[in-house]
Amino acid sequence: MAKFRIVHYMNQFFAGIGGEDKADLPPEVHEGVMGPGVGLQAALGDEYEIAATVICGDNYFGENLDQATDAVIEMVKQYTPDVFVAGPAFNAGRYGVACGTICKAVEERLGIPVITGMYVENPGADMFRKDVIIVETKNSAASMRQTLPTLSALIKKMANKEEILGPKEEGYLERGIRVNYFAEKRGSERAVEMLVKKLKGEPYQTDLVMPVFDRVDPAPPIKDIKKAKLAVVTSGGIVPQGNPDHIESSNATRWGKYDITGMERLSAEQFTTIHGGYDRQFAMANPNVVVPLDALRELEKAGEFGELVNYFCTTTGTGTATASAAKFGTEIGKMLVEDHVDGVLLVST
Amino acid sequence: MKLELGKIFIKDIQFGSKTYVENGVLYVNKEEVEALVLEDDKLSGCHLEIARPGESVRITPVKDVIEPRVKVSGGGEIFPGVIGKVSPTVGSGRTHALEGCCVVTVGKIVGFQEGVIDMSGPAAAYCPFSKTCNLCVVMEPNGELETHVYEKAARMAGLKVASFIGQAAKELTPDEVVTYETKPIFEQAAQYPNLPKVGYIHMLQSQGLLHDTYYYGVDAKQIVPTVMYPTEIMDGAIVSGNCVAPCDKVTTYHHFHNPVIEDCYKHHGKDINFMGVILTNENVFLADKERHSDMVAKLCQWMGLDGVLITEEGYGNPDTDLMMNCHKVEKAGTKVVLITDEFPGKDGKSQSLADTCKEADALASCGQGNATLQFPAMEHVIGTQDFIEMQIGGWAGCVNPDGSFEAELQIIIASTIANGFNHLAARGY
Amino acid sequence: MVKGIEKYGIPVVHLATVVPISLTIGANRIIPGVGIPYPVADPLQGEKDSYKIRVNMVRRALAALQTPVDEQTVFEK
Repeated sequence: MAKFRIVHYMNQFFAGIGGEDKADLPPEVHEGVMGPGVGLQAALGDEYEIAATVICGDNYFGENLDQATDAVIEMVKQYTPDVFVAGPAFNAGRYGVACGTICKAVEERLGIPVITGMYVENPGADMFRKDVIIVETKNSAASMRQTLPTLSALIKKMANKEEILGPKEEGYLERGIRVNYFAEKRGSERAVEMLVKKLKGEPYQTDLVMPVFDRVDPAPPIKDIKKAKLAVVTSGGIVPQGNPDHIESSNATRWGKYDITGMERLSAEQFTTIHGGYDRQFAMANPNVVVPLDALRELEKAGEFGELVNYFCTTTGTGTATASAAKFGTEIGKMLVEDHVDGVLLVST
Repeated sequence: MKLELGKIFIKDIQFGSKTYVENGVLYVNKEEVEALVLEDDKLSGCHLEIARPGESVRITPVKDVIEPRVKVSGGGEIFPGVIGKVSPTVGSGRTHALEGCCVVTVGKIVGFQEGVIDMSGPAAAYCPFSKTCNLCVVMEPNGELETHVYEKAARMAGLKVASFIGQAAKELTPDEVVTYETKPIFEQAAQYPNLPKVGYIHMLQSQGLLHDTYYYGVDAKQIVPTVMYPTEIMDGAIVSGNCVAPCDKVTTYHHFHNPVIEDCYKHHGKDINFMGVILTNENVFLADKERHSDMVAKLCQWMGLDGVLITEEGYGNPDTDLMMNCHKVEKAGTKVVLITDEFPGKDGKSQSLADTCKEADALASCGQGNATLQFPAMEHVIGTQDFIEMQIGGWAGCVNPDGSFEAELQIIIASTIANGFNHLAARGY
Repeated sequence: MVKGIEKYGIPVVHLATVVPISLTIGANRIIPGVGIPYPVADPLQGEKDSYKIRVNMVRRALAALQTPVDEQTVFEK
């Protein structure tokens, strides 16, 4: 039986080429194992072969992100590996970011399972834990020996396409992916038991640690409203009758852009709402209660602001994944920049 | 207040010449029940079908699921204020339940919120009603009814049928009798002075069409927070008029079988002193949310509660009610555990809840509703599959020509119900 | 969505009924909506007054867009 092939990525330091003085080394590929690859090969055993090692200086990678990624991908591709391994990077920040970046790119572009290893406080860990399996290591390379069994066990599972269990069982950093399972006890019983412990001051484990939402700095205000071009965006599901873009009633995966050129108001004959999370009777009778086109037109005519862009954008807010909403925002924002929009009214139901 | 709940276990339903129970089989006079439904001129058609566990049968669009119950003694009637008379003794005396069978109301969709029950196949593992014998009441609205009118007609039809069938249980000897008792507040506190006093904050969905719930017949969006004996709920003081998202729906069946109430009673006198239920709602106005969470916290303090469990119904903006309740109740000195489900996207990578607070440090998960599942074609569909792509959890193009489809778990009735009825949970990977 | 757009430097005013969610997700300029089914109207007040409410809210939105903020701000009036 043919051996499973592995390609191993590491930085100049672990490859034994040099320290900071060699950190600007461009990517290069070597047949066979180097540095920590020797220990990894031993841990993996005879059925696995580290076919090649790719090396890149941390600074070179950081400063030439796109070129370095492209170059490494080309090198990895030639060896058609079953699994791609980067690091482990322990607590080396630049190295951790490089390992995360290259793993994510290899998985996305080549469709090969990838794995790396880091200390939990490595900045690369938070950047990539959602996308890449990152074996949890201690904060120094001295823990390589403890890391190898965990790393090699996961590589074997990936090569054999076996199911990867939870982070605690397998020893990787929780990715924050919520996965269903059937618990031994029903939810209400688990909750009562949790409450009894909480009341006694005993330790208990919540099923969901509260997430922290990221922030964006407030954009500067509009300086001259009389010349400003405005746009309306809504998460209230207002769409033309027939919902031409098939936007879902809940957990939307798309958004729509609808022309309002020459319209004084949104008419109930032309527009409706497909939002599954509120009583739709009012918005169906008068869509302007969600997209205030009539009022905007009046103020536009009165010269209270410059002009309204000739479309509005819609999606459904209810049950829509935050990642989708962020993506819609990015896509809509990009379009609004191109259309020289100066300010946005976003109406949520 | 003390209630004896007599359970008659039902293992099959058959159509018969009259409606009665014998040897664990419920016989139903089809014509009689159909005529009862058609007394309402808002409905022009009705037929009954039976669905049993393990059959290759799909029921959709499902509106509500109701267990037949009857009041045997103690005064009052089942579904007080809606079908039955309101009396001060609701929640006391004796009630009989036909356990293991359900009335399921089915019909053309009102909104997007009605769901699916599969009696076999992969989706059956997620639905409590895949394990019960179901008497499906399939209805036709009379012409183009205004949506609120149609919703009400369908809701009332289900309750009428369930209470009619419940009558068959009145004279039976139950297979099992369970006694539940909660005393008036001072007596209850004195009964177990050394145990922590625990309450249950029960949040009712109350957001308008297909998002309403009724408390003694009162539309729950018009209530202010109040205190209830848990046994009142077992007599049908709360009925569902909503489908939220199907997965989240607290059906009328689930009000009868509220798992938090059942499990608090199991612990009552052992490691907690279960003091009762604080009822509140989830309204569409911020002022209501603020006022009612203030009142809930005040009631916790007034009852001297050491701890509470809070459940929500629905997701999205009700997460705010949940978090406001949590934050304010903790601040008032009562420890909180939340029970809810999660919506982190199909890939599970997004945020699970629309709102958060730092006091929410103890939460029991009821699973994530965005995960997708393959629904095989069934030999028989009770109702219609015409709306699957529009129902919550479906999407354009999700149905295959052979009738199989792919959808999120949220299309299944009560699959991630946020009161802890199921074993489904989510964990971090 | 708010953040996705605002990160391009375009100010966004979020007209939202459930202000706590708006605060949680990180909107910077927030105007409380009237009700979830009708954030920029109050149909129960009749068509005419409902429209007045809407014009007023849009004016407040214009004002918010012209107001410098350095943290999350709810424009109550």
